[in-house]
Amino acid sequence: MSEFEPKITAFVCNWCTYAGADLTGTSRIKYATNVRAIRLPCTGRIDFMLVLKAFAQGADGVIISGCHPGDCHYTAGNYHARRRWVLFRSLLGFVGVDTRRIKFAWVSAAEGAKWADLVNETVAEIRQLGPFKQYQELLALRHQPIEVA
Amino acid sequence: MEELRAKAKELLAAGTVKVVVGYGEGSDKYRARAVFVRKAEQADKLICDARCQQNLAVYLTRSEVKAMGKPAVVARPPAMRTLLQLAAERQLAPGDVVVLGISADGKLLDLPDFKAIESYVATVPMDWESNPELARLEAMSSEERWAYWKEQFSHCIKCYACRSSCPLCYCSRCTVECNQPQWIFAAPHTLGNLEWHVMRAMHLAGRCIDCGSCSDACPVGIPLNLLTQMLAREVKSDFDQVAGLSADSEYALSSFKPDDKEDFIR
Repeated sequence: MSEFEPKITAFVCNWCTYAGADLTGTSRIKYATNVRAIRLPCTGRIDFMLVLKAFAQGADGVIISGCHPGDCHYTAGNYHARRRWVLFRSLLGFVGVDTRRIKFAWVSAAEGAKWADLVNETVAEIRQLGPFKQYQELLALRHQPIEVA
Repeated sequence: MEELRAKAKELLAAGTVKVVVGYGEGSDKYRARAVFVRKAEQADKLICDARCQQNLAVYLTRSEVKAMGKPAVVARPPAMRTLLQLAAERQLAPGDVVVLGISADGKLLDLPDFKAIESYVATVPMDWESNPELARLEAMSSEERWAYWKEQFSHCIKCYACRSSCPLCYCSRCTVECNQPQWIFAAPHTLGNLEWHVMRAMHLAGRCIDCGSCSDACPVGIPLNLLTQMLAREVKSDFDQVAGLSADSEYALSSFKPDDKEDFIR
């Protein structure tokens, strides 16, 4: 059997992390290809439902990244996002989801190397954790016919 | 109870209010239900005893009740907190509603304005501060908690009684009914149920005033208030905010401090 390749969905902001990931490429830094980056205007735009949706679509891990505090293109989007993640992360932890599967980072447009490290480390950790069985079991349940007694 | 009826009669007779939202006899002697008294001579329908626990403030944002005219509402402490939170969310203005406050030991309170409600509710402890069930769940391992909630959510029949009974779920359009894109699967399977309850709790984070209506209304007995209680505690410990104690509080998720603490963002 081939080795497990994690699927990682990354939600990144247009102004910092997406540009940072571009810099990783133009700097010719190689990093794991397991990540699918989805560009959004701002971390403040990343609704927590998007994260649930990523898991429901089979992601094994999620990366959320945007501008450092104080650097938001829209002044305060990342501050609002930070509060949301504090609560969302503890709520997921409370229902028993392994919060190691969601990584948060501030990656600026100048931090191409940090992006590469972030992706590589996340992929390595998720590879250790294995497929997101918890969620995938529920997904499988969804496709079972409902038994009528 | 007589005092309450007399007060309701007076308000209706004077035309100060058009409707009194209160408790009345239910379908049998063990139940009470919400009644909407619109004439002074019907004020004797009102009752107030240990059966009357529903949070009646839920009706104030309903269009059918708004159409009746200015309301008075019989409010126990959770309903009082609801009124303050609704005011903070600009759903109620001062003077929009007459409050017939019932204290925790069943006495009629005189609460002429939001200030008076604020000083009364400050003395009433909230359930989230000391719920042993919350502590029990938090002592579990992550796997045990997952097993617990998976079991609970597998019972959910998506009747949305939690939403209907919640005085702060007053949006006219809800994400759960959104089908392009469909965020949450409509059928009651465990995954969609999990998504729905996580979403509901997140949308109430920093707003829930901990009346427990959601878990009381749940026909399959899911302890839904544990999710919102856990978030209420986080909001207090991380952002030092508590919903429902003031008529002009800020919503925790639309405000911020540059030095908000977290320990997981690298």
